[in-house]
Amino acid sequence: SVSPGSPLLLSLPLSRFLPCSSHGSPALLSPQAAMTKLAQWLCGLALLGSAWAALALAPPGLQPPAPLRQALLPLPVYLLVAFGCYSLATVGYRLATFNDCEEAAAELQEHIRAARADLRRRGLRL
Amino acid sequence: MAARGPGRVSVLLPTYNERDNLPLVVWLLARTFSDSGIDFEIIIIDDGSPDGTQEIAQQLEKIYGSDKILFLFPSGTAYIHGMKYATGDFIVIMDADLSHHPKFIPEFIRKQKEGNFDIVSGTRYKGNGGVYGWDLKRKLISRGANFLTQVLLRPGASDLTGSFRLYRKEVLQKLMERCVSKGYVFQMEMIVRARQLGFTVGEVPISFVDRVYGESKLGGNEIVSFLKGLLTLFATT
Repeated sequence: SVSPGSPLLLSLPLSRFLPCSSHGSPALLSPQAAMTKLAQWLCGLALLGSAWAALALAPPGLQPPAPLRQALLPLPVYLLVAFGCYSLATVGYRLATFNDCEEAAAELQEHIRAARADLRRRGLRL
Repeated sequence: MAARGPGRVSVLLPTYNERDNLPLVVWLLARTFSDSGIDFEIIIIDDGSPDGTQEIAQQLEKIYGSDKILFLFPSGTAYIHGMKYATGDFIVIMDADLSHHPKFIPEFIRKQKEGNFDIVSGTRYKGNGGVYGWDLKRKLISRGANFLTQVLLRPGASDLTGSFRLYRKEVLQKLMERCVSKGYVFQMEMIVRARQLGFTVGEVPISFVDRVYGESKLGGNEIVSFLKGLLTLFATT
């Protein structure tokens, strides 16, 4: 029911190839434990950023064909805007579908009444 | 000493000024556990409440027996202190103000058995989980903050700031040693560190009934400290 958070970079599940150790310890050996989320983001951005720069900002001799360059140049901004739209849409959707637990509140009121009555019977001085 | 059943559940209840709610929570817990045949104990750790919470807790200890209810005076962190006395295999952390209903605990246990999870977390954001008593603004802040958390931390759990959870005792002990933050961020840090250590997290939808929101709105201060905590976790884990 829960998917594990996946690292930006490939990580080898080294823990699989090691003899069974005590519960929960193999994580120390997997690369994804060593890199902080910030470091993962910076690495990812550096990789993508340098790829983009190499292609889009290349000197005249090494430039890719014009149509590709035209699409490549504004790509970072497009991606940012796309992510912004995705964020708004996702938060908006989740807000709209946020369940209101009316029955839970009503049920709680009933339970409170029953609890108070029973506790009084058992000698609790409120 | 009463015999301890296997799969005994220790409920840790840190309280502050819960004179009215504490007996109700305890009654609901006792009822839920006896209805489902689960062996339990409730450990109440009161943080020096001035409203008489302690007297109520001691009355409850007399009513239910001291093998079922234990009342502790504050000493350092409530959870760490309470855990020293916990005799169960599982520990449930929850709020004592009735926003969390004990009826979900048997579902936590069922879920835990189903996937042999180290932690079972109650989620307000998935399945038929939800909230009662929040206006649109509060819900927006909640969903927005959660989205930010998911993007930055990719935690593998849908409700990171929730505080209604079941832990294996050894797992909670290991996590408490490593966690340093407080409040919302502490709950987030627990899950993040759990994933780091290779622990598994299962989820159960819960309903959160907020009866105090009207009096204590979410302040700018809390939001700022949440963001600071989130960024700290982002940069250090």
